[in-house]
Amino acid sequence: MFDGASPMLSVPPADLPIVQLLDVHKSFGEAEVLKGISFAVRRGEVVCIIGPSGSGKSTLIRCINALVPLTSGMIRVDGIEVADPKLDKLALRRKVGMVFQQYNLFPHKTALENVMMAPIHVLGQDRREVEVRAHALLAKVRLAGKEAAYPGEMSGGQQQRVAIARSLAMRPDVMLFDEVTAALDPETVKEVLVTIRELAEEGMTCILVTHEMNFAREVADHVYFTDRGVIVEHGPPESLFSSAVDPRTRRFLSQVL
Amino acid sequence: MDAVPNWFRSLYETTGFNFTVFYDPYDWHRYVNGLKITLLLMVTTILVSLVIGAVGAFIQGGPSRFLRSVVNGFVVVFRNTPPLVQIFFFYFGLGTLLPAARTADGLRVPLLDNVQWAIVSLALFAGAFNVEIFRSGIEAVPRTTVEAAESLGYTRRKAYLYVVLPLALRVCLPALNNNLINLLKTTTLAYAIAVPETLYAVKQIWSESQNVLEMMMVLLATYAVLVGVLVWIMHRWERALRIPGYSR
Repeated sequence: MFDGASPMLSVPPADLPIVQLLDVHKSFGEAEVLKGISFAVRRGEVVCIIGPSGSGKSTLIRCINALVPLTSGMIRVDGIEVADPKLDKLALRRKVGMVFQQYNLFPHKTALENVMMAPIHVLGQDRREVEVRAHALLAKVRLAGKEAAYPGEMSGGQQQRVAIARSLAMRPDVMLFDEVTAALDPETVKEVLVTIRELAEEGMTCILVTHEMNFAREVADHVYFTDRGVIVEHGPPESLFSSAVDPRTRRFLSQVL
Repeated sequence: MDAVPNWFRSLYETTGFNFTVFYDPYDWHRYVNGLKITLLLMVTTILVSLVIGAVGAFIQGGPSRFLRSVVNGFVVVFRNTPPLVQIFFFYFGLGTLLPAARTADGLRVPLLDNVQWAIVSLALFAGAFNVEIFRSGIEAVPRTTVEAAESLGYTRRKAYLYVVLPLALRVCLPALNNNLINLLKTTTLAYAIAVPETLYAVKQIWSESQNVLEMMMVLLATYAVLVGVLVWIMHRWERALRIPGYSR
């Protein structure tokens, strides 16, 4: 039913899931990390994926922008089949922005250049136009005045906000956040979360792997609890956090809440 | 204007130290021409060998097994054989196989002259080392930095050009310095195929003027200064590439 596009065309695009996963499997050698993950994210939705370490959360999110190839299953992002061997990676990555745990800024470039690089190098956009946009994006993540700073001169929270601005400069439709506060000092976690919350409020589709349960509870429309490569339980945050059914979910929540 | 020649002429008359290059215009001319050829060899072989190193290292990290083994074979051949033998091979071996034009008098005009062959073989020789040097720098660039570039839509080639290579260069610059200094000194091997570089010119001067010791001193001082200048340039470059707040 997911193969035939025709019956779905009658549905208004706004209701179509922008990201759709069906029975996604991923093995690294003998180890099967994802054992049949299916879910769908609608445009403007904020989805959080929680779960113990090693449950495959990061692998899952990295499959969505094809950093990790699937073993089997289907991922579709706004009409693009990610598992297609002839996948146009650039088309996919224009739609999907990604922010990493370790920021991964380009250390030899200033904050402003980090934001400007991809639109110029990848999309071939006009330098002056990109520069105007980059200034606006840095202001948006509250880093006006830090344009000339190198990543090594900024705090983790500042670097992570530059990384968010860098992703936004490509004007993505979906943003992936892979434990983006896990490497930060407690006092800088908040500034990054505020930035993500603002994005979510503006209607950006966000998929977050996170350990920030309070943040997930406040911001997410839907929360997925994963353990050992499967989705154990999911639901709106108010029900998942207060009345989880599965004992694994309950045990995990009792440890982190 | 004539102070320097006069001083060296009187030095010869009073002490017997005969620095003909500094007062005999003919010798001076030969020396300067030799120096020019050495500079030509140095600049061209450094530039070409850097390109060979950067391209070779890019191919080495690429998906094509065939191209990878071509690069590996190239590195093995040029690292495992003496540079003088390589120069002979190119000039006397390959050079005679290539088609050549003939002048009206029937003289053979080869496709590449001895200076060009020296540039080709020295650039390949140093390039083979540069491939390995660049590779060491590339391996020090975190995989996650490359992933960040990929997730921004960079192709492998663009990520290499704008992210990997600039970072790798900073890591491998000390090793690169060493190789380029060695390359500069290895240009003297072009002497063996009669390229009129500094060593060749100085040798001609001392065999005609019978001043081996003096010219030897001039020769050693010349290379010491040339290497000093190269080191100074490389250090300037290293400083210019230094990233504020970034250390490994």
